[in-house]
Amino acid sequence: MKNKMKWIIISWCHFFIFQVSLQAATLQVCSSCNFSTIEEALKAANDGDVIEIQEGTYFENALVVDKSVHIKGINWPIVDAQEKGEVFTIIASNVTLEGLQIQNIGVSYLKDHSAIRIKRQKNCIIRNNKLFNAFFGIYLERANNCQIYQNEITGAAIEESSSGNAIHAWHCKNLSVSENIVKGHRDGIYFEFVDSSHITKNRSKNNLRYGLHFMFSNDDQYDHNVFENNGAGVAVMFSKKIDMRFNTFQYNWGTASYGLLLKEIYDAKIENNHFSFNTIGINIEGSTRLTYHNNQFKRNGWAIKMAGGCLDNEFTKNNFLSNTLDLVVNSNVNNNSFDGNYWSEYSGYDLDKNGLGDVPHHPVKLFSFIIDRTPESIVLLRSFFIDLLNFAEKVSPVFTPAEVLDNQPLMKPITL
Amino acid sequence: MIKILKYSIYDLMRSRWTYVYFAFFLLFTFSLLLLSSDLSRVIISMMNVVLILCPLIATMFGVMYFYNSREFTELLLAQPIKRISIFWGQYLGLASSLSISLLLGIGIPFTFYGLFYSAEILDFLILLINGVALTFIFSGLAFFIALKNENRIRGFGLAIIAWLFFAVIYDGIFLLLLMFFREYPLEQFSLFATLLNPIDLSRILLLLKLDISALMGFSGAVFRQFLGTTLGMLVAGFVLMFWIGLPLWGIRSTALRKDF
Repeated sequence: MKNKMKWIIISWCHFFIFQVSLQAATLQVCSSCNFSTIEEALKAANDGDVIEIQEGTYFENALVVDKSVHIKGINWPIVDAQEKGEVFTIIASNVTLEGLQIQNIGVSYLKDHSAIRIKRQKNCIIRNNKLFNAFFGIYLERANNCQIYQNEITGAAIEESSSGNAIHAWHCKNLSVSENIVKGHRDGIYFEFVDSSHITKNRSKNNLRYGLHFMFSNDDQYDHNVFENNGAGVAVMFSKKIDMRFNTFQYNWGTASYGLLLKEIYDAKIENNHFSFNTIGINIEGSTRLTYHNNQFKRNGWAIKMAGGCLDNEFTKNNFLSNTLDLVVNSNVNNNSFDGNYWSEYSGYDLDKNGLGDVPHHPVKLFSFIIDRTPESIVLLRSFFIDLLNFAEKVSPVFTPAEVLDNQPLMKPITL
Repeated sequence: MIKILKYSIYDLMRSRWTYVYFAFFLLFTFSLLLLSSDLSRVIISMMNVVLILCPLIATMFGVMYFYNSREFTELLLAQPIKRISIFWGQYLGLASSLSISLLLGIGIPFTFYGLFYSAEILDFLILLINGVALTFIFSGLAFFIALKNENRIRGFGLAIIAWLFFAVIYDGIFLLLLMFFREYPLEQFSLFATLLNPIDLSRILLLLKLDISALMGFSGAVFRQFLGTTLGMLVAGFVLMFWIGLPLWGIRSTALRKDF
């Protein structure tokens, strides 16, 4: 009997839950609907409801999403904050936000106003939105297991101090950021204390500072992204175990511009990336135990610039094609290995036809050493005199670190 | 003058050396294009050759031509022709025949290679313009040296030194100065020093197009900002014209006063 009662109660409960989930209402928002503002709809909604926002322009801000709802824009409704501050502040888990165009957030020097902010929640999905002229685009604050994808975030940043990041994550875990287009912000994607996250297939361009920025973030991976025309493509600082694969870094130009900036990072893998037309392909400072494999460096000013304190870096099977300077290493203590790469400047021969050059290649030229000390001497680039100097130095290295060499330079570029 | 120019070109056309020069550029450009598929890479290699060879050949050939045609010059001087137009004619004949060899020698292979359909056409034009300008400058210089020196050995020696100075020694001194005064802001100085040497100026004009990534850096920025603009290009063009004019003025003043 008791058992039976239990069954009845359980099935009742199930029925009830089922009923509730069936009852998940769809709330329509439009000028002639029951709800003419998003705010009213949010107030009336229950957990699990769907709020459908119809086409139109809604001048609203400070919308607090405190229920697990699914907010869905139909035909790109516009939510305009009129520079008054934040639009959606999500303080509930399992919220989905999609199909909205959110714009004109307004700059604040006191608060990080953002188009969409997620505060201390889990499992949110932000997809397929268009954000224009936002101060911060999507701001994740102690949010875990969130998915941010197919958003287009376009800022109008003019200077670093008065602009925010397109996607900003702080103290998060297991994020997935994919297929977004971020441009015109300070940083395209900013990760601070974000662990075990995955960034893939994004396009980040025309950002003032970095296309993607890691600070104190560990065990993350980014792949198949394109970083173009940013202040610097990607900056990875004070982080461990970051995987960087199949990314494209290009046209990151300027007086202090890098394709990839590595500073105090450990145990990272940099594989199958393309670096083209950057002032500096990779700038490495104080980074240890990194492997660089199957990357292509093409027509950069400096392919790799390595400052002191870099230990156990391993470069294998990379292509160095027509860079102005392939490598600058400005410390004499060096245990980094550069064996088995293809250098388009290599002028050796391969008598035994094993595909490896028989004489070692010295990728650091005397001229790069001179430029490092006297930057103005870049004027003399490719002059006959410099060619003579380089040749003399190559024959018998005096100034350039003699142990930086490729003992097994490849004769043919690697197909990537 | 036109008549003398015509004769002087005919004379040079019959000379083996013009063809050798032409054939060299033709072969060299063809082989570079065959070896490398990257047009702009080829232009960089061509740049090195043009910047060294054009001045060298123009200087050597100019001195040689002047000394060889000395008897002809003396014959012409005996005729009722304006003295200066004899020299103008010879100079223009030499410089233009060398330029034609250069233009055809580089131009034909590139045209075969589909240059007109590529984005590098502007870089290529700058390369050609610089090559022609250098030819004019250094053949003028050679004429001037030859005119000044009756002694052939001395003339050749001076011509070689002149070339060596502009092609190598100048850059060496330049680099030493840069390194010696590296505590000081040197951007303006280096810009100025570049303008003073036609070979350096041509090189920088080409680099602005080809090695743009490196020049985007801190120290290259000054050059890009100055020479990368229309005004800078005009200034550079003006300086190159000035460099063409300088030896010509020397030739004129020497030729008018010289007692043959």
